Amino acid sequence: MRKIKDFAHGALVPVLVLILWEACSRAGLFSAVVMPAPSAVAAKWWAYLLPAQAQEAGQSWLAWAFSGELLHDAYSSLYRVIAGFIIGAGLALPLGLLMGANTRIYALFNPLMQILRPIPPIAYIPLAILWFGLGNPPSFFLIAIGAFFPVLMNTIAGVRQVDGIYLRAARNLGVGQWTMFTRVILPAATPYILAGVRIGIGTAFIVVIVSEMIAVNDGLGFRILEAREFMWSDKIIAGMITIGLLGLAIDTAVSRLNNHLLRWHRGLEH
Amino acid sequence: MSSPILIDNVQKVFKTPGGDVVALKDINLTIQPGEFVCLLGPSGCGKSTLLNAVAGFQAPSDGQIVIDQKAIRSPGPDRGMVFQEYALFPWMSVAQNIAFGLEVQKKEKAEIGLVVNQLLDLLHLKDFRDRFPKDLSGGMRQRVAIARVLALDSPIMLMDEPFGALDALTRRNLQDELLRIWEKLGKTILFVTHSIEESIYLADRIVVMTYRPGTVKRDQIVAMPRPRDPASPAFNDLKRELGRLVMEEQQRHADAEMKLAAVD
Repeated sequence: MRKIKDFAHGALVPVLVLILWEACSRAGLFSAVVMPAPSAVAAKWWAYLLPAQAQEAGQSWLAWAFSGELLHDAYSSLYRVIAGFIIGAGLALPLGLLMGANTRIYALFNPLMQILRPIPPIAYIPLAILWFGLGNPPSFFLIAIGAFFPVLMNTIAGVRQVDGIYLRAARNLGVGQWTMFTRVILPAATPYILAGVRIGIGTAFIVVIVSEMIAVNDGLGFRILEAREFMWSDKIIAGMITIGLLGLAIDTAVSRLNNHLLRWHRGLEH
Repeated sequence: MSSPILIDNVQKVFKTPGGDVVALKDINLTIQPGEFVCLLGPSGCGKSTLLNAVAGFQAPSDGQIVIDQKAIRSPGPDRGMVFQEYALFPWMSVAQNIAFGLEVQKKEKAEIGLVVNQLLDLLHLKDFRDRFPKDLSGGMRQRVAIARVLALDSPIMLMDEPFGALDALTRRNLQDELLRIWEKLGKTILFVTHSIEESIYLADRIVVMTYRPGTVKRDQIVAMPRPRDPASPAFNDLKRELGRLVMEEQQRHADAEMKLAAVD
């Protein structure tokens, strides 16, 4: 009962905005090309979601259900985010661990990192096309850069803030260097590292949309730019809503994973 | 059989911007196997510095500490330490914390499981084996820390004000547990405290230390049979006597702080 009440409370403003928007559209206050009614957007979203053709003979039900444009685009974007993120974070994590644990390595790499870090991933677009041409590779490259720095900076900070008392206790138990790294420093740094992962995924998701506007011919970013060329503003908005939902889904998944991995952490509410 | 701890003419000087601080000076002590020794004194008397030197965290500036005919140079599992801050690994469950030292030694899984179960029993932690430290009270955490050190099966146990952060009742409870375990397992215990009552309640022998430089002010044997009654006349006589010694040093500590504050 309480939950229903809370939900109704939270839905009040969005529903009012939709009603107002719909009413204005129906009253002809703005052109349907510039600003379509929410009902038109919803209809377009539904059509965008459904498979374009009837199920063919011999085609599996699942393959048919996923043959719609929207699901294909969402899948393509998600694939790029994950692949790019794995590349970026996969490079940032070991480098961050080394830089955090060893002051010499830190001094060696830090100046370069500080010069590169303020360059937004978007600024790499011309270079990405020059180096990698068209298709997925430039996207992976841009997303990897977007994910790299948040993970790197947080990993360094995470390793540096490890409480000395854990190191002393571990040395007292006879722990060697490798075990110290894998079973004490790394887990002690995970709250920071995972915070970096969450920011990194968020950045990766911004970059994927931009990167799809330049070099590929599917994905949510490509689709809304394509829709603009045909003046399909209902499809643009439907695509934007899909981007929002996918972003929310990714962030929820990462946050769930964090809660599971950090279930030991004191600062966490269940 | 285990060997005594020989503390041989140990000095420790800390270099600070304000000049050298002599934390330990001319410390000579022999701690016999199975002996329960308390280091007693006010803050700044070097009792923790001495314990850290025995643990191998900080080498003495001069002199040496010898166990089993070897001078101590680094920390090791033959001298398990219990910290005031518990220092449990928060990402490991109770059982994993206790098992960790054995895993480091590459003991077999079955053997580790056996030891862990014994220790969970011994310290009444059975119902908490899969909890994380954050879900435990201070007293429970310190039980786990003691179990973690006992798992190493080292002959020597070092304790740095282990019950300092606990409330009085939990503290008495854990003191009794510690005595029970000590009598059962025959460990050598070197125990740092600033509580006079705690030292009399626990120790075979109390080493009272002076404020800077840290030296041995009194090496006191406690002959009372256990369990000791803190309300008994003998207990209180000793408490009064040690209280006088410790408060002299506490006064020097307070004076030094006042002088420092005046300079600022």
